[in-house]
Amino acid sequence: MRDAAAGRAGTIAGIRRKAKKQKVLLLLLVPAIAYFLVFHYVPVYGILIAFKDFRMQEGQGFLASVLHAPMAGAYGLDHFKSFINGPYFATLLRNTFLLGLYSLLFGFPVPILFALLLNEIRKKYYKSFVQTISYLPYFLSVVAVIGMMKMVLSPSTGVVNLLLTRLGLEPIYFFADASWFRFLFVSSGIWTSMGMGAVIYLAALSKVDAEQYESAVIDGASRLRQMWHITLPAIKPVVVITLILNMSGVLSVGSEKIILMYNSLTYETADVFSTFVYRRGLVELDFSFGAAVDLFNALVNVIFLVTANYLARKAADESLW
Amino acid sequence: MVKDTSFGSRMLDFIVHAVMVFVVLITLLPLLHVVSISFSHPDEIMRGRVGLLPADFNLDAYFTILFENAHIPRSFLNSVVITVTGTALNVLFTTITAYALSKKDLLFRPFFLMLSVLPMFFTGGIVPQFLLIKSLGMMDSVWALTVPVLISSWWLIIMLSFFKNFPQELEEASKLDGCGELQTLIRIVLPLSMAGVVTIALFYGVSHWNSYFSAMLYMRSYDHYPLQLILREIVLQSTLAEQLASQGNAALAEDMSAELTPESVQYATLVVSIVPMLVIYPFIQKYFVKGIMIGSLKG
Repeated sequence: MRDAAAGRAGTIAGIRRKAKKQKVLLLLLVPAIAYFLVFHYVPVYGILIAFKDFRMQEGQGFLASVLHAPMAGAYGLDHFKSFINGPYFATLLRNTFLLGLYSLLFGFPVPILFALLLNEIRKKYYKSFVQTISYLPYFLSVVAVIGMMKMVLSPSTGVVNLLLTRLGLEPIYFFADASWFRFLFVSSGIWTSMGMGAVIYLAALSKVDAEQYESAVIDGASRLRQMWHITLPAIKPVVVITLILNMSGVLSVGSEKIILMYNSLTYETADVFSTFVYRRGLVELDFSFGAAVDLFNALVNVIFLVTANYLARKAADESLW
Repeated sequence: MVKDTSFGSRMLDFIVHAVMVFVVLITLLPLLHVVSISFSHPDEIMRGRVGLLPADFNLDAYFTILFENAHIPRSFLNSVVITVTGTALNVLFTTITAYALSKKDLLFRPFFLMLSVLPMFFTGGIVPQFLLIKSLGMMDSVWALTVPVLISSWWLIIMLSFFKNFPQELEEASKLDGCGELQTLIRIVLPLSMAGVVTIALFYGVSHWNSYFSAMLYMRSYDHYPLQLILREIVLQSTLAEQLASQGNAALAEDMSAELTPESVQYATLVVSIVPMLVIYPFIQKYFVKGIMIGSLKG
């Protein structure tokens, strides 16, 4: 008893005694603490280079070279100013926003509809068979998915263009035509994540009490009405939360997939903040400028998240916080 | 339940079935097409005769991959090494960290929890990460692809909730029998938490196998490329040729095509890259709904 009381007291002696008792547990934590500090918190500190003119110094540690780099302009905002006033800003903003918006508009309802329809299937094996197939694309690498898409849509040998030419139409250069890019991006996104996206709604639906449906049937409600009055309200909280998260991600379109899909012919619709950060920051090695664009993007995302959360609380009385 | 046989209900059933068939087809047909091209004769491919079944079945593309194109077997091995090393490190460190954090009376527990969960919301972005890894001298080594992703906060939380639900009595009994903290973890807790360990191992493994982006940033020599990166190069080459053709530069495109990887080999490489995934898919399938559910409830 005395031991426990001392541990709870929060005095130096108490802490020391507890630390001694939990020596092994604390040792187990050491690698993780070191890992998070070095690989997550040091890069956060590294954001400072966005306000500086950073250069790689041979023989100097990352921490020191960040600290000693000269400021970019009087207030360190030069990179931000030149990005916002620069020639790419409007295009990047438009592309990022539109890709995010279309992904949201088309990608968000699809898993919900899919879950609603799956929920109408009464045969268990049928249902789990379709579900199992639908998750599959989620586990394929993005390189394989885009590779497959490029092969199937290839103007010379792809099956889609073969069919088009057999119908007497001109082959389409899908990946060399800027006007196709958004469609390809959004549809491949839906293809990969539809099944996985439905899981969360199906989980919410599995908690609905079967009695609710039974009494609805006794009251003579049609299946569509049951869907409207029982099923939909059951998933509403999950829908709203997912919507907030998706809305806040409208401007955080990632670069991994786009880098595989775009080329100089399609930059006009395909180039977004994150791909620009990659090209300027890591290909052209303009580190500070790249970091500044990345930070700007992150700040805009926070604004989106807060706004989306506020709107959801007003409109549907649900929110993240 | 009373069977509803009204028109509306049958209509709904029809739509449901139609959509399900569509989903299954749109998921499987592209895969099937890719697989059958990889088993077809190049001439048949050029003539566009391959649909959902191989035309003039042969294994030439796979022989080319195995014996002629040294990059692909080597990069396959690289991917195996990265995946095995990475997953082993991930599982080891995620488990011991989660175990320590699952103890409710751990000293400074809230602080340590915060430290490990915050990285889910804030990152330094790719530029500082790249500079850090470069300045640590990790470029071009397997460590650059494994150590910077040692512990994922997400799977840490999942493992943590696994350990939290572990029956305390068992642990106490083992400690009364004179087992230390480590022995209890290895002999009692881990064997009974295998479901959790397997889940995170599968997911970590999949993400290592599928990743190409960090390899693109950190691997400098071709000999160290993982399979996904080689696949990317193969696909990029052929798109480049088509891009030239679309700009009317037919002669140049023709020149490039001569040096291109043949279609069947491209498709075969793709198949080789997804086969390991398909092999472990049944296991993933078994575990992952559980994993997601715990995650969504806690997160």
